Parts: sequence; C-alpha cells; structure tokens
Amino acid sequence: MKADRILDCVGLYCPMPIVKTSKEIKELADGEILEVIADDKGIKSDMPAWCSKTGHECLGIEEEDGEFHVFVKKKG
Amino acid sequence: MNEGSDKATIVVFSGELDRALAAFNIATTAASMGMEVTMFFTFWGLNVITKERVEAGEKNALQKMMGLMNRGGARRLKLSRLNMLGGGKAAMKMLMREYRMPSLEEMIPMAKELGVRFLACTTSMALMGLGESDFISEVDDFVGAATYVEKAAGSKINLFI
Repeated sequence: MKADRILDCVGLYCPMPIVKTSKEIKELADGEILEVIADDKGIKSDMPAWCSKTGHECLGIEEEDGEFHVFVKKKG
Repeated sequence: MNEGSDKATIVVFSGELDRALAAFNIATTAASMGMEVTMFFTFWGLNVITKERVEAGEKNALQKMMGLMNRGGARRLKLSRLNMLGGGKAAMKMLMREYRMPSLEEMIPMAKELGVRFLACTTSMALMGLGESDFISEVDDFVGAATYVEKAAGSKINLFI
C-alpha cells in the first residue's frame, strides 16, 4: 500500500505510538494515508480502536519481520 | 466518533510512581483519541503535581512534620511494590529507559500538550498545608469535589487511581 507519510514507532510502547499518531495525523490532508510502523503487537488492536474512536479509517495492517505496518486514512 | 465531545475523568488519589504512570498512560491515550480529559489530584495524589517542596510556608507543626515525611514532586514518588528503599524504583526507571518508555516527568508535559486538564483538590491542600505556589505550573485550577463530580457526571470514562 502506498502511504503519503510514514511514522516510525519501532521500539516504542503504549501510549507512544497512539500519542504520536494523533499528532502526526494533523499534518496530513483529508483523505491522505499515514503508515505507522511499530513492533509492539498491541498496535494490532490499538490502532483499529483509535480509528474507530476518532473516525479515521484503518485500511489494513501488514506484518513483516516482526514489524506491523498500519495504514490509516485521514477522515474527511 | 464525535471528536472532542467525549469526556474522561481520572481521580489521582495515590502518590506512587507506578499508579501515577498508569493514570498518565490512560490520560494521554484518551486525549489522543479525541477525548476531553480531566485529572483530579487529591490526597497523596497531590504529590504527583507539587514542586519538590523547599519552603515550609504557612504550616502548623503537624503539617510541617508531615511535609518532611511526605515530600512532593513527581521525581520523588516511590513504587507501590518492590520499591526496596529506592533500589527497585531505580531498576524500574532503568528498564523504562531501555524500553524507551516515557518517564513520569516526561508524561506530565506530554499530557498537558495533549490538552489534559489538571485540577488540584483544595481540601487536601489545606490538610497538608499546601498553597498554590507549591504546585507545578501545569496545574489548571484549584477546586473542590463538586467540580469533579460535575465533570464526572458528564464523562463516559471515570477512574479512581
């Protein structure tokens, strides 16, 4: 999947990936895609939960070498 | 949905490092999820948001004694378990750094930046002989329980830590 912006959260644990995502998403234009890369597996549940609460769209999660690539489409 | 319209309130009653970290973890997460978050610090929880006290101020003898044994400041908080005269806390802090987890001293300004409101309980302040100048600048207001109850009544999440 092609992202407009990438946020590297490898090595970070809760709540940092979510806190950083909430800040980073503000830098995107509506409809753009943010790719969050994290290696804490909590992200698999947390990012869809964050999306469901904030209204942004979780397009999917790809797992690769123990890293999770989460694609979030900014609402609007 | 409805970003900004949901509220969460957290009562921080405890003055231990681990409990304070849990409170700030949830507060920063909820704020990141678009919720309006209020933290109400009371009793031992006041130690989380006080400066490392220097002056005795307008305290009576008992309050001065308590102030000596109950010194405030986020950096001074102990663990609720395995503190081991500070050895356990030092080990925990070392582990947290190794795993790049934010310290409480980093979480406080982070919560503030995310718009979390800090309220200090005036009754506990009076009991412990604390004035407004004893608190860190991040504190938004000094209030009573009715302010908290009003906030909590309109909140979807309400925690007592």
